[in-house]
Amino acid sequence: MNITQIIFWILSVVALFSALMVITARNPVYSVLWLIATFFSISGHYILLNAQFLAIVNIIVYAGAIMVLFLFVIMLMNLNKESEPRKHRLLKLAGAVSGGSLLLVLVAALRDTDLKHEHALVNEGNIGLIQNLGKELFSTYTVPFEISSVLFLSAMVGAVVIGKKE
Amino acid sequence: MWSFSGISNSIHEWLSQTFNPTLTIIIEMVIAGVAVIGLFAGLGLVLVIMERKVSAWMQIRLGPNRVGPKGMFQSLADTLKLLVKEGLTPTGADKLLFNLAPFIAMIVAMLLMAPIAFAKDFQLWDLNIGVLYVSAISSMMVISILMAGWASNNKYSLMGAMRSGAQIVSYELSAGLSVLSIVVLTGSLRVSDIIQSQADGWWIFKGHIPAVIAFVTFIIAVTAETNRAPFDLAEAESELTAGFHTEYSGMKFALFFLAEYVNVFIVCAIGATLFLGGWMPFHIGHWAGFNHVMDYIPSSLWFFGKTFFLIFVIMWFRWTFPRLRIDQLLNLEWKYLLPISMVNLLLVTAMAILKWHF
Repeated sequence: MNITQIIFWILSVVALFSALMVITARNPVYSVLWLIATFFSISGHYILLNAQFLAIVNIIVYAGAIMVLFLFVIMLMNLNKESEPRKHRLLKLAGAVSGGSLLLVLVAALRDTDLKHEHALVNEGNIGLIQNLGKELFSTYTVPFEISSVLFLSAMVGAVVIGKKE
Repeated sequence: MWSFSGISNSIHEWLSQTFNPTLTIIIEMVIAGVAVIGLFAGLGLVLVIMERKVSAWMQIRLGPNRVGPKGMFQSLADTLKLLVKEGLTPTGADKLLFNLAPFIAMIVAMLLMAPIAFAKDFQLWDLNIGVLYVSAISSMMVISILMAGWASNNKYSLMGAMRSGAQIVSYELSAGLSVLSIVVLTGSLRVSDIIQSQADGWWIFKGHIPAVIAFVTFIIAVTAETNRAPFDLAEAESELTAGFHTEYSGMKFALFFLAEYVNVFIVCAIGATLFLGGWMPFHIGHWAGFNHVMDYIPSSLWFFGKTFFLIFVIMWFRWTFPRLRIDQLLNLEWKYLLPISMVNLLLVTAMAILKWHF
């Protein structure tokens, strides 16, 4: 077992364990923190696949921005074990059914993948490097990329305008 | 000649001759970890005494002068005191998160050491997105602060953590944009490429006015990101006792303190790398003799000199400006710094395309 495999196994175990803890933790703050741990271990997997840019963007966007926003809201609302509302049994059933169907679709999709002929490019693939990603974004996907960047810019301008109103 | 890269290369050669590759990597990781911890402790001691001496100098007093020559061992004595103090955990606190938060702060600060080039060819991990890595990991700092603030079960702590969160998240934008302007000029996110591109002159000189604007925005934004005065609302003593670390004592408090100082060092190192050429010596055009003399100064001295100069500038801020109010702080970012840095990024892009820089 070389060092890449050891790291892969550690990362996988951490990712699965923390993903499980996200849904089993009673306290919402703990859930968010476990989710951050999950994102970090997934970023570790990206780095093993030599997709360093994806790994870092995963950390910036999810762990850095979105999860901080989640933490903010949960801490401000002070959600605790005691204040958690009792959910209706029908709602729980609906949740189980929809989650189960998603699992079914995922399993059905993954069953058809050809695992034998696909090899993970460890430490050598360069698809995830920023240069190739940038070329792809600005040649094949120019229009969607520009539209989404205009959307982000308008969101930023909107925040400034709302702030200036007072 | 004696150099950091020479030492690291000879250690690597000796290890790879003696052990098999896996064991070599593990041993090298351990050595790097120990070196980072050592640097950490050293930086903490040096920066605390430096801050106290700088503040004393600005306020025309002597500063610490009892322990050691001119009080130079004061921070060592303080560390000893903090080590033997009792680390209290409040009864109402969330035990796990309360005790975990200082360590997360430390780990984040340690991770940030990875892409910094301390000397010529002396870097832990020269990854191809080094600059982006730094801004990603430094945004993790806010999680430890939020954890500490929430777990303390104290309204001052929670208020401090919330303020610090709002502050770090918003100032990250203009810090990121000013970093991007140098990335646009260089065309690479790799730290070693950025330093190489400044071999014939640092970006702050080559990049005309836009680079200077980017430098000023960067310094303001990182001062806010590291929660230092005049942006230290997260621990505004007069309103929040001590902000997010109100309930911390002993070594756990010291870890937060240490993490703050190491973060200051790291952002200054990044600033020195991006704008002041990292370990590149100072060269003036065609003055061959002058340039030759400058080349004789070791690269590590150049790097630490520039970094400590920027640290001095940030300390200078602290002892010069009064603290901002929270609304003034957010106004400064969203109404002034962010628009300025966005326009500035456009200017830099135009400059890079038209090749107006040297």
